[in-house]
Amino acid sequence: MPVITILYYLITAFIVALLAWNFGREKKSVNDMILYLLVIVPLLLRILRVK
Amino acid sequence: MNKERIIKIVLIAVIGMIAALGAIPLYRHRHFPMPFVAGPGVTRVVKLSNYGPGLKGKIVDADIFVMEGKEPGGKAFLMADTHANEPAGLLAMMILIENAVVEKGTLYVVPTFNASASRNTKPGDGYPLYFDIPTDWGQVRFRMGNRDASPLEQWPDPDVYIHYPDKQMLSYLDVRNTNRTWPGRPDGPLMERVTYAAMEMMRQEKIDLAVDFHGAETMFPVTNCIVAPQKSAKIATMASMTVKAMEGFDNHVEPSPGNFHGLSHREIGDFSDTLPFLLEAPIPFLDQPTGPKTVKLLLDGEDPFLLSLSAAKKLFVPYDETGWPMDKRIGQHASVALEILKQFSKKNPERAIKLSGFPRYAEIVRNGVGTYYHDPAKADPKSVHYE
Repeated sequence: MPVITILYYLITAFIVALLAWNFGREKKSVNDMILYLLVIVPLLLRILRVK
Repeated sequence: MNKERIIKIVLIAVIGMIAALGAIPLYRHRHFPMPFVAGPGVTRVVKLSNYGPGLKGKIVDADIFVMEGKEPGGKAFLMADTHANEPAGLLAMMILIENAVVEKGTLYVVPTFNASASRNTKPGDGYPLYFDIPTDWGQVRFRMGNRDASPLEQWPDPDVYIHYPDKQMLSYLDVRNTNRTWPGRPDGPLMERVTYAAMEMMRQEKIDLAVDFHGAETMFPVTNCIVAPQKSAKIATMASMTVKAMEGFDNHVEPSPGNFHGLSHREIGDFSDTLPFLLEAPIPFLDQPTGPKTVKLLLDGEDPFLLSLSAAKKLFVPYDETGWPMDKRIGQHASVALEILKQFSKKNPERAIKLSGFPRYAEIVRNGVGTYYHDPAKADPKSVHYE
């Protein structure tokens, strides 16, 4: 796997971690919770390499 | 359990379910098998990975149907689905594989050259996932693909694709476009490996001619034509003139631009002894100012917006209420390809390629393409290949 691809996977994992962290911390806004979940779906699929 | 936690669990479950429901049709499309019944002319089926590294076991490792004649002669490479949203070539190659017999020379036929693109789609344009062709024994279902390979196979895309070896800067998307990644390299991105393997096949097998089947918008000037570099121009011109005179349809010749890199009609000629040709048949489905991208539009090419544009002389092909039916496009591909082989054979009798059982334009338009397809359920299972 090329270095650039590995870096992209690491960046993706970092963003997934940030979104999951924010989702966990969100207490009130259901809209924000939905937003975090929607954004996390494609990134999670990429990390899990689901085809 | 507090209220916040319950809301979060419900949201995860609902969004997970929506994502899964959305994914099921795409998963089925990606894994949908298109059966090809190898006819009497197919002598063996090999893999593209026989000629290049990094493809074996991957979805992009396309089948090559080899059709060898009893008599030695020239060799031709025919490829379709380089752009898998231009399916006339695929349908023409299915007729060839299922019916034709090579008498002299050898054909190497790849019906799904970009096998990843043929499992991809374009949801933003509302592409249908499948289309059906009627036959005497039922419908044959085909996957409708996309222009580029799926990012599931090759990721990430660069900001700009720097073509190898010319260093020309192309659109980032072209890194997944197998008509921009020629001649390819063995250790490049996956699509460059696909085109590299095809180049190696042409060099190792000493292939004389390569024909790449495409479709182009009616509003695009390079449509309804044969694109050929200087070295192929004489044969292309003779083929164009002959089909016009003998079969009554236009198919002009466009020169392959010398400074536009990555295209099959440019790089195959520059990096091997093979003579390349790229055939473009009009495909109204790909035009932007049309109605919905339906299966009907794909198959009959009838669209009221294009009709208005035709009246305003904005199209590069004749266009009327009859649209541009699929049978006509397939017929043009078949006749032009046969004519290219014939013209090459006339000039090079010792390397001639002769075949029978591959119908020409008038016959396909009259009978309909479905007439030529065989029922895989009734065929010898050993002869059925799933693409």
